[in-house]
Amino acid sequence: MKSRVSVEEQILSANDRIASENRALLDGHAVLGLNLMASPGAGKTSLIEHTIRGLSGKANLAVIDGDIATSIDADRAAKAGALAFQINTGGECHLDAVMLQGALSKMDISSVQLLIVENVGNLICPASFQLGTHRSVLIASVPEGDDKPYKYPGMYRGVDALVINKVDLLPHVEFDMDYFQKGVEILNSGLVTFQVSCRSGEGLDDWLAWVLNEIEAHQQA
Amino acid sequence: MHELPVTESILEIAIRHAEAAGATKVSDIHLVIGQLSSIVDDSVQFYWDIVSDGTIAKGAKLHFRRLPARMYCRDCEQEYSPVEGSLFCPDCGGANVKILSGDEFRVEAIEIDTEGAPENARG
Repeated sequence: MKSRVSVEEQILSANDRIASENRALLDGHAVLGLNLMASPGAGKTSLIEHTIRGLSGKANLAVIDGDIATSIDADRAAKAGALAFQINTGGECHLDAVMLQGALSKMDISSVQLLIVENVGNLICPASFQLGTHRSVLIASVPEGDDKPYKYPGMYRGVDALVINKVDLLPHVEFDMDYFQKGVEILNSGLVTFQVSCRSGEGLDDWLAWVLNEIEAHQQA
Repeated sequence: MHELPVTESILEIAIRHAEAAGATKVSDIHLVIGQLSSIVDDSVQFYWDIVSDGTIAKGAKLHFRRLPARMYCRDCEQEYSPVEGSLFCPDCGGANVKILSGDEFRVEAIEIDTEGAPENARG
């Protein structure tokens, strides 16, 4: 007999369930989880290094790095002073909740206040997979061009903060900040935005203050 | 490209619901995908034929029901569906807008065969 069965289930519900478990684990240790996303080369690892050093003495950091291959990023995070763990996805273009769960099971985060998850460099797939982190942050960089919000709306919509990196290059490249920010405004009205240069250090104080504020708010929650 | 894990999730959901209903075969799977969800139909179908092999859902047909996004322009105080390629308000061209819907990404229903009934009882 042929029949129709109503399902009405979110396609990524299995991932979302694991993400909830990750969230509970982080909450159990009062760790703020931050999912850092960007295209390759936008400056994720550089911003992480600045964040580790900038928060030194104020918060203990752990970093989980997702890459297709190598431990270059985790090595850089460890050298900067964080507890670091590398996930090699073996070709997968994003991290998912199961990968994060596996990494968390191998780390002692009991004395950590901030976990930064450096996602695989990609503006498409990471937006679809919840990890269980509390905040999502996107880094855009000036040389990528001012059309990225229009081309990757899913990514720009789902984040809680935006870091525009490499602003020291603005005089040298064609990047219309008004056009860029108009695209952001459509997708994510009022988005917290930081204009920084990881090279010159410009703007990083505001970013660090925001992160610290988020950590403190999470500790009190 | 994240169609492979998406396809595996669809298969897991379909088989779980099919087995709970006592199915011997899954013939059709109905998906609801919002305009703002990024997924490539052909790619999912391609992976489907590989990942469903050897399961009761082998060869099932995937139906993609695409829902247009709904947006609201705060200046014009009206709803609209964005045309392909631009999310700006079609009337004023402005960016003072918000997205109301378009993220749908779910398995709506499956069609199954169950054992014990004659072929001509289909309906």
